Amino acid sequence: MAKLLEHNDKGIYCEVADVYIDPWKAVKKAFITHAHADHARPGSSEYVCVDASKNIIKHRLSTQNVSSIPFGETLSVNGVKFSFHPAGHIIGSAQIRVEYKGEVWVVSGDYKTEKDHLSGEFAPLKCNTFITECTFGLPVFNWRPQAEIFSDINEWWAKNYADKKISFVSAYSLGKAQRVISGLDASIGKIYCHAAVENINEIVRDSGFNIQKTFRLDPDVPRKELEGAMIVAPPGFMNSNFISKLKNVDLASASGWMNLRGARRRRSVDRGFVLSDHADWTGLLDTINATEAEKILVTHGYVNVFSKYLQEQGYDASILETEYEGDEVELESTADESV
Amino acid sequence: MKAFSKLFQKIEQTTSTNAKVKALVEFFEEAPDPDKIWAIALFTHRRPKRTVSTTFLRLWAAELANIPDWLFENSYHIVGDLAETIALVLPVNKVSVDKPLAQWITEIAALKNEPEEVKKEYIIEAWNALDKNQRFLFNKLITGGFRVGISQRLITKALSKYLEVDDSKIAHRLMGDWSPFDISFQDLMVSEDFKDNISRPYPFYLAYSVEKELEDLHPVEEWSAEWKWDGIRGQFIYRENEVFIWSRGEELVTDRFPELHTIPNGLEYDFVIDGEILAFYEGQPMNFQHLQKRIGRKSVGKKLIKDVPVVFMVYDLIEYKGEDIRQLPLKERRSLLNQLVKESNSENLILSEQVEFTEWSELRALIEEARARKTEGFMLKNLHSPYRDGRKKGDWWKWKVDPFTIDAVMIYAQRGHGRRANLFTDFTFALWDGDRLVTFAKAYSGLTDVEFQELSRFVRKNTIERFGPVHSVKADLVFELAFEGIQESKRHKSGIALRFPRILRWRKDKKASEANTLADIKTLLD
Ligand SMILES: [Zn+2]
Ligand SMILES: [Zn+2]
Repeated sequence: MAKLLEHNDKGIYCEVADVYIDPWKAVKKAFITHAHADHARPGSSEYVCVDASKNIIKHRLSTQNVSSIPFGETLSVNGVKFSFHPAGHIIGSAQIRVEYKGEVWVVSGDYKTEKDHLSGEFAPLKCNTFITECTFGLPVFNWRPQAEIFSDINEWWAKNYADKKISFVSAYSLGKAQRVISGLDASIGKIYCHAAVENINEIVRDSGFNIQKTFRLDPDVPRKELEGAMIVAPPGFMNSNFISKLKNVDLASASGWMNLRGARRRRSVDRGFVLSDHADWTGLLDTINATEAEKILVTHGYVNVFSKYLQEQGYDASILETEYEGDEVELESTADESV
Repeated sequence: MKAFSKLFQKIEQTTSTNAKVKALVEFFEEAPDPDKIWAIALFTHRRPKRTVSTTFLRLWAAELANIPDWLFENSYHIVGDLAETIALVLPVNKVSVDKPLAQWITEIAALKNEPEEVKKEYIIEAWNALDKNQRFLFNKLITGGFRVGISQRLITKALSKYLEVDDSKIAHRLMGDWSPFDISFQDLMVSEDFKDNISRPYPFYLAYSVEKELEDLHPVEEWSAEWKWDGIRGQFIYRENEVFIWSRGEELVTDRFPELHTIPNGLEYDFVIDGEILAFYEGQPMNFQHLQKRIGRKSVGKKLIKDVPVVFMVYDLIEYKGEDIRQLPLKERRSLLNQLVKESNSENLILSEQVEFTEWSELRALIEEARARKTEGFMLKNLHSPYRDGRKKGDWWKWKVDPFTIDAVMIYAQRGHGRRANLFTDFTFALWDGDRLVTFAKAYSGLTDVEFQELSRFVRKNTIERFGPVHSVKADLVFELAFEGIQESKRHKSGIALRFPRILRWRKDKKASEANTLADIKTLLD
């Protein structure tokens, strides 16, 4: 019997329903876990996602052919039951559960186990086969609680404010940026956002999420006004003329990769805040265990190492090859160069 | 260690030189003297001898982290730093202790002859009592290699500020062979008579590559040009009838070059000269590869000395008759040097001649001969310049000949470290030998991020076989490589080895069949 979900040259495919999940090529019907560029690619005829993701996907893919359902609700396609469940990764990120004749598969998309205010609370789903990401699937990645990271960020900002310096945090524009903003203590100063970030902020606010007041970063803003302020912008903007011409700016990056000294140094930022939207080593292992899945397929990240470890732990684990090309930061680092 | 760890973090958390200096000064103001001198030693790459093998550290860390050894090794490969990998995989510490930096170092040194169990117990107890940052530093105390964004110049600046002493004096005191186990902070940095250490070298004056038009260096009469010899930059010290030879890497190499010991040749005064240790046979410099045979060995046999004799090609005089003459203009130093070379009359001391020229265009013509003369180009020096310390712009410039280049086919690719683990960053290149491709060089760097991503996509789609992190790749892409020199090598299949190979550009205009051949590159051998 053919597998319920199969991987082919276009993506993860469900033959019975003729549906793809996060396809990397244009298809007829695409179910999307979340709006990041490595999961939501343009060109497909029809997109299905969770309500919270709808407007963002429309914006990012410049398409109107997006339908959505609420978290937890079931959509049947030719007898296959699809449902979306919070993945805790970014606003509107979902795991996709696929059930057919009693067999359950779950595609995790990207997920984070620690709860934040925006992304919905992740919970592992019982299934037969679990397709899991493993971006940070190495024992060197263990996150400190986000409250500690936010207090580091605010402490840093407050010190820069006192020194009349601008604080600059690079964060990819969808997800990380909103999460950073939600953790900022606005009593310290004004928060400016790069246009790419502010556009997303507006969409997200319109969809009913509460994101605190931010100001659109206008290239003509008097530099004096930026003193003591916070700028949140995508990584690519760090090398822009606008930033390199500023004298009194302290650069930081917020990402799980900042856990590694080498990554901090390569980015040549002053501060690296270890704030990730992905599960850490323990988060991945606990989740996999909680799904009680008989079969684990790993994708996105250190797939060789991670699957080998799972096999040693007694799981039936293997690699699901994708055309994955890097994490969100990498994908954005070449775009968004201007205000 | 908390104070030291705080200092380390402050330094890491800023790219501003001033902020780093400030953090260092604050540390010096608070720290006890033994911690001060150890901090200086560590930041200037003087580390205590290793007393615990890294093999054990890896095993114990994996055990404590409850992960298999292979997973630890894989993590290490990706992180790229052993001390950091250990610090990251261990569980969060439940207790915490704070001991001064110097005490940790003394305790670690005392482990030297202890049995394995004692070492293990000590290390694990320490790991369990230190936070992630302190653990990293503790591991570095054992494994060495504090690669932190602190240059010798920065530490010099901070000490000069803290002690209110001129930085060139500080730089000089930091030179040479000293260990916090034998000398106190006061004796090293503060005491009046520090001449007691007769082996102490001066900081080398290093030049930047010339960046402007030569014509901007004017008037031309104020400039001297010397060939840039391709050996090992060294400092030759003769004090109180004793010889000391330092390499630029601040390594004492006196014993490796016994034939240079005769250089003083009866001179009755102390002196320090700056020059190049050069393999030299029957009046001609030899290729650098020959000298390499002598660098590798601590003790040299008679045969090696006979096959690869060395001379000291002298550039400059920095101490004369016991006096530091670095402030004299180059012109005057050179005339004293001329006299010294004559008086010594040693056949192993050769004056690096100043090339005569009256217009820059003459040098432009002459540099074409650089390779034939076994040199790397010219050194241009202002005749009024003092002998400065460290790398300073303005008075001295190096002017290197263009590198060799060759078009080669990429056939192996290896993944990068850390967040570049999804990209391929290290490549192996091959040249044609008949209808076969023979690998001859490894190179990275030289491509833009966008090119790396494009190349990684190619590798992923065109992988033939995997060997761990290495992929063999369809022979399709051609790159222009640059390199500084070429030598014969028995260790390599191709029979050659390159000096400083690097990727110059991606030749998208060329097909693999149009790459160069092994025979092409071998014509560069002589
Ligand atoms: Zn994502
Ligand atoms: Zn992703």
